[in-house]
Amino acid sequence: MNTSSIHIRGGRLIDPANGIDAEKDIFITNGLVAGVGEKPGGFEAKETIDASGKIVCPGIIDLGVHLREPGEEHKGTICSEAEAAARGGITTLICMPNTRPVIDTPAVWELIRRRAKACGSARVLAIGALTKNLEGEQLAEMGALQQAGCIAVSNTRRRMGNTLVTRHAMEYARTFDLPVILCSEDPHLKADGCMHEGSVASRLGLPGIPSAAETVAVARDLALTEHTDSRSHFHTLSTGRAIEMIRQAKRGGARLSADVAIHQLFLLDTDVDGFHATCHVDPPFRTQTDRDILRQAVASGDIEVICSDHQPHEADAKTEPFPLTAPGISGLETLLPLSLKLVEDGILDLPTVIARLTWGPAQALGLPQGRLDSGRSADICIFDPDEIWTLDPEGMHSSGRNTPFAGWEFRGRVTHTLFEGRTTWRSAS
Amino acid sequence: MNGEPQQTDTQGKLRHFLSIEGFRREQLVQILDAAESFAMLPGRQVKKVPLLRGKIITNLFFENSTRTRTTFELAAKLLSADVINFNVNVSATSKGETLLDTLRNIEAMHSDMFVVRHHASGAAHFIAQHVAPGVSVINAGDGRHAHPTQAMLDMFTIRRHKGDFTPLRVAIVGDIQHSRVARSQIMALNILGVSEVRVVAPRTLLPADVRTLGVHVFHDLEQGIEDVDVIIMLRLQRERMDNALLPSAHEYFQLWGLTQERLQRARPDAIVMHPGPINRGVEITSEVADGPQSVILQQVSYGIAVRMAVMSMAMGNRSGDQGT
Repeated sequence: MNTSSIHIRGGRLIDPANGIDAEKDIFITNGLVAGVGEKPGGFEAKETIDASGKIVCPGIIDLGVHLREPGEEHKGTICSEAEAAARGGITTLICMPNTRPVIDTPAVWELIRRRAKACGSARVLAIGALTKNLEGEQLAEMGALQQAGCIAVSNTRRRMGNTLVTRHAMEYARTFDLPVILCSEDPHLKADGCMHEGSVASRLGLPGIPSAAETVAVARDLALTEHTDSRSHFHTLSTGRAIEMIRQAKRGGARLSADVAIHQLFLLDTDVDGFHATCHVDPPFRTQTDRDILRQAVASGDIEVICSDHQPHEADAKTEPFPLTAPGISGLETLLPLSLKLVEDGILDLPTVIARLTWGPAQALGLPQGRLDSGRSADICIFDPDEIWTLDPEGMHSSGRNTPFAGWEFRGRVTHTLFEGRTTWRSAS
Repeated sequence: MNGEPQQTDTQGKLRHFLSIEGFRREQLVQILDAAESFAMLPGRQVKKVPLLRGKIITNLFFENSTRTRTTFELAAKLLSADVINFNVNVSATSKGETLLDTLRNIEAMHSDMFVVRHHASGAAHFIAQHVAPGVSVINAGDGRHAHPTQAMLDMFTIRRHKGDFTPLRVAIVGDIQHSRVARSQIMALNILGVSEVRVVAPRTLLPADVRTLGVHVFHDLEQGIEDVDVIIMLRLQRERMDNALLPSAHEYFQLWGLTQERLQRARPDAIVMHPGPINRGVEITSEVADGPQSVILQQVSYGIAVRMAVMSMAMGNRSGDQGT
């Protein structure tokens, strides 16, 4: 089908899965990596990309984005968000099942798959629903969802009816070795909370979400993971205490992984002060201690994955008094730039941060993507590590401009994104 | 992150009154002094003054409150302003209109000032962010966040009775967690430099890290009011029992209800305050509420003077701005 041949020349290739951090060229034919470092026999480049001075790495895999289609197209469509992903160097979007209708039947997933394919800007993979209509009462048809191509199951942040349903859902998913994506939060402790429970919430009179809302649920889900031998992945953790529990469970041999949303590594509950609706996010921004533990865990590998927790919203959803605004951040276009700030801040080195965005999520969910050896799909991100730019929400490509990072200065910007060997984004410069 | 509404203009003059937070001591004293000039003398009616003649003030209430709305209305009328009452509770938002749409609609009818009450914390800030540049916003209570004119009338009452704030010990008793009044009082008392602010409540009615608000915490009422000069009792809502925050009104009264006997623990000249409406026999006995140390009814009448002061200061400054 695709008979193009591309030569990516002169870049610094960072491919953590293969332990590569060196100046190496990449040769692509028919959408696949044909050679790394050495030109394959008979290769003739129809196109050459000059990557000198740039970083070349596997395309980013974003675990757990909210694509809004079907059902909430006013917030974003599969195509608008896939195009935004391409600009952010993301080639694989793993979408959450809380569309309308939810992804609890193969038909809904089939619709998303077709739309994504027609758009062609990124690979879209799906997390199916854990329970019917995400109501937390009856199991979704996980076997059928897996056969249709869903790579994991989740109940998103919707509450489970009770602990027994959670247990059975984990056991049933384990039957098919389907990873379970857990957004652990106790709904009773969360109640009507809209920010971290602490001194800032107390001063602003905003209902708080205590850290215990997360730790209680993580403790329960860890116990059930152990009991059911579930392949659990803890999604968007926010508290230092939960990280400690995850670390301990891993030492005890539990088969689990975890991620953090990139914005949790930068903002704190104090950023909500002044009722900033762009900082209304769930789980909420917590304390500096929490943030520091999360950062250390990303560096040490106790957290294997950094994601965007992308939740685009129309402007109206954020134009209300703070407690009435919709939580969430439009994060696709700031995932890599913020991650590079972690390198600038000396938290981790460049190959490690790239691992958390590529090979980490691939391993957590058992995906073949996230690495660049011969024969793999040519999903590639090329970025200029020295370009300095400032985020203007008006210039964002996502339908959602809801970002707390407006006006932030970033160093490092995506210049090319290739998905299955096709250029899906190329910057003007 | 900018775009926060400023409560004062570049000369430090009042524009909006959204929260006590951010004001300096002399600014609060200025409000109290202005209120003094409006305050009723005993047995005499306050005089109607023409300060806001030709101005339109809109009471924009998203929560029912006859009492607060009435004192704002009376204050506005005594300043010769025209008043529109807009109760959104029963009209627009139930039809799905956003707060911003409601605001735009009322703005189109022209208004110089909004007096706002809303169930969401931060609503007054939100409205101040979105009104036209010449319009002032007075917060008449937003969620659990702030009720700054109530706090100022309480400060006015305290000053009338005690004069100097600095030597005073003040105890606030009751449901601090859900109280916008308590938050504003604590801030005002600390800015005015009292010697100690205490909160007295069971742990379920205290916000997280309450000490960071600048208070000493007591769970025992008798210890909490020992030697204080001012006791502020808060209203206990019935729903606190339904939410498993308290076992019963009976137990609450047993442990935290203010009786004449317990009042002996405070200084002999201590005053007893309550923002109203009071629950007799739940947080306070009739004996105390109607007793010689109670200043509860004075608070209500001072409320008019304080609201006149805040409204005239905010509006006076706005008209000055428009002239330049």
